Amino acid sequence: MKNELFKPQGLVKNANRRQFLKAGSLSVAAAGLIMVGCKDVEDRDPIPPMEGVMLGSGDIGILNYAYALEQLEAAFYAAVMQGSYFANASAEEKTIMGDLEKHERAHREFFKAALGDAAIADLEVDFSAIDFSNRTSVLGAAKTFEDLGVAAYNGAGQYIENVDYLLIAGKIVSVEARHAAAIRDLINPGSADFAGDDLIDANGLERTLNFTEVLTAASSFVTTPIDFSQLPS
Amino acid sequence: MNLLNLLDKMCPDTNSPEEKEMFFSRREAFRQFGDMSKKVAMAAVPLGILSALPKVAKADTASLIGVLNYALTLEHLEYRYYQMGIESGVIDGADLAIFTKIRDHELAHVNFLDEVISNVLMGSPVPEPEFDFTAGGNFMPFDDYPTFLALSQAFEDTGVRAYKGQAGNVMENDVVLTAALSIHSVEARHASMVRRLRTRKGQDDVKGWITNDSRGSLPEPTQAIYAGEENVTHGGVNVVNLTGIDAGAVSEGWDEPLSKEAVLGIASLFLA
Repeated sequence: MKNELFKPQGLVKNANRRQFLKAGSLSVAAAGLIMVGCKDVEDRDPIPPMEGVMLGSGDIGILNYAYALEQLEAAFYAAVMQGSYFANASAEEKTIMGDLEKHERAHREFFKAALGDAAIADLEVDFSAIDFSNRTSVLGAAKTFEDLGVAAYNGAGQYIENVDYLLIAGKIVSVEARHAAAIRDLINPGSADFAGDDLIDANGLERTLNFTEVLTAASSFVTTPIDFSQLPS
Repeated sequence: MNLLNLLDKMCPDTNSPEEKEMFFSRREAFRQFGDMSKKVAMAAVPLGILSALPKVAKADTASLIGVLNYALTLEHLEYRYYQMGIESGVIDGADLAIFTKIRDHELAHVNFLDEVISNVLMGSPVPEPEFDFTAGGNFMPFDDYPTFLALSQAFEDTGVRAYKGQAGNVMENDVVLTAALSIHSVEARHASMVRRLRTRKGQDDVKGWITNDSRGSLPEPTQAIYAGEENVTHGGVNVVNLTGIDAGAVSEGWDEPLSKEAVLGIASLFLA
């Protein structure tokens, strides 16, 4: 088991160790992963190793990055539909949550099919911090996920090489933005929060987040270690 | 100003006649669109092969300026529309926070694009055109709030498609691409908000996202804004067949691009 962690393809293929360390490998077990690379690790009491995923490099890596985020979103809305918030929600909110569950599941399955053999494995999620019986908790988490998704796609676009993939990312990111605006309006109706100043700067540009920032935020909800060291930079 | 004058302003003088033909001929636009469909279908081949293909020709500065002037034209239209709407008093007081924010964003976009074109790319930004938001006397958006909201939705949904349609034309410039994406998602937030607001007021049954190619209760001339939105096949994958999710929901999950020709056809309705 530890051996598999020892030799993720990225570490073997990526001769540039400095670049690997710079880009980082992020997860709850990330520190452990790097430690495993140390010679004296055998002598230590190792953290029980977890099976991680390697996003890969180039456009494949970015599509896997998107796939990881869509897995997280789809798992979240699937859980929402099982909870008592949803069962007791207003008709409008039921429609919205039902739509978002379908959209994110469709995105997830699309990436899985498009990536084929290059797709990462299913991620393990941990939503213990979310109270699925509580409207404020569910909507707050939805806002986090949707805003994160938009910022992630906006930040990753510049690294996509293939114009067809860029267009597909563009087709999805605007729907994530539509979701985000709707969720924000449910939380604070009639206000300017749907496109709030916390996200949009004085030039009218929405924030972008880089791979590290996005996966750090996601790591609160994803237990599977995600190695993104080969993503473009 | 008529559409041809506008197009002349958007076409950099340095462009060759061939390039002008390529940009502005309807026939050519359709040919390009056809090529694009082929390319998208090609994405069904294994990813590794596709990503190994060489990139499309590098966008030069002149064509970047052309794309940004196109975006600037649309931002001028949006800004002027909201500014006039706010000044007219047609907007319900309860919704003023929403439309003031949207107006502020559109003004920021105008200023940002103007700045990038003139001081980064050293080009000439298009001046603000003269608009006729009645479209020749057909609409009274500044006297009738439902009409104001309907045209707002039309402009925002068009804006989302317009930016998306240009992503491939600016992708060689990381800064311009990222800025365009960062405007694109703001337009999508606006669109979602306005669509839901119309439904909340009982004027339509649209959701924040676009179902199939439905224009809802918008007037017939706006149908071009939604044409093609019913697409459920992406990268050669038919997502309805893949997932069993209904086509309406799948179509909602992906927004489609729109060509410059089609967008300008829509925008030209509102040019004086």
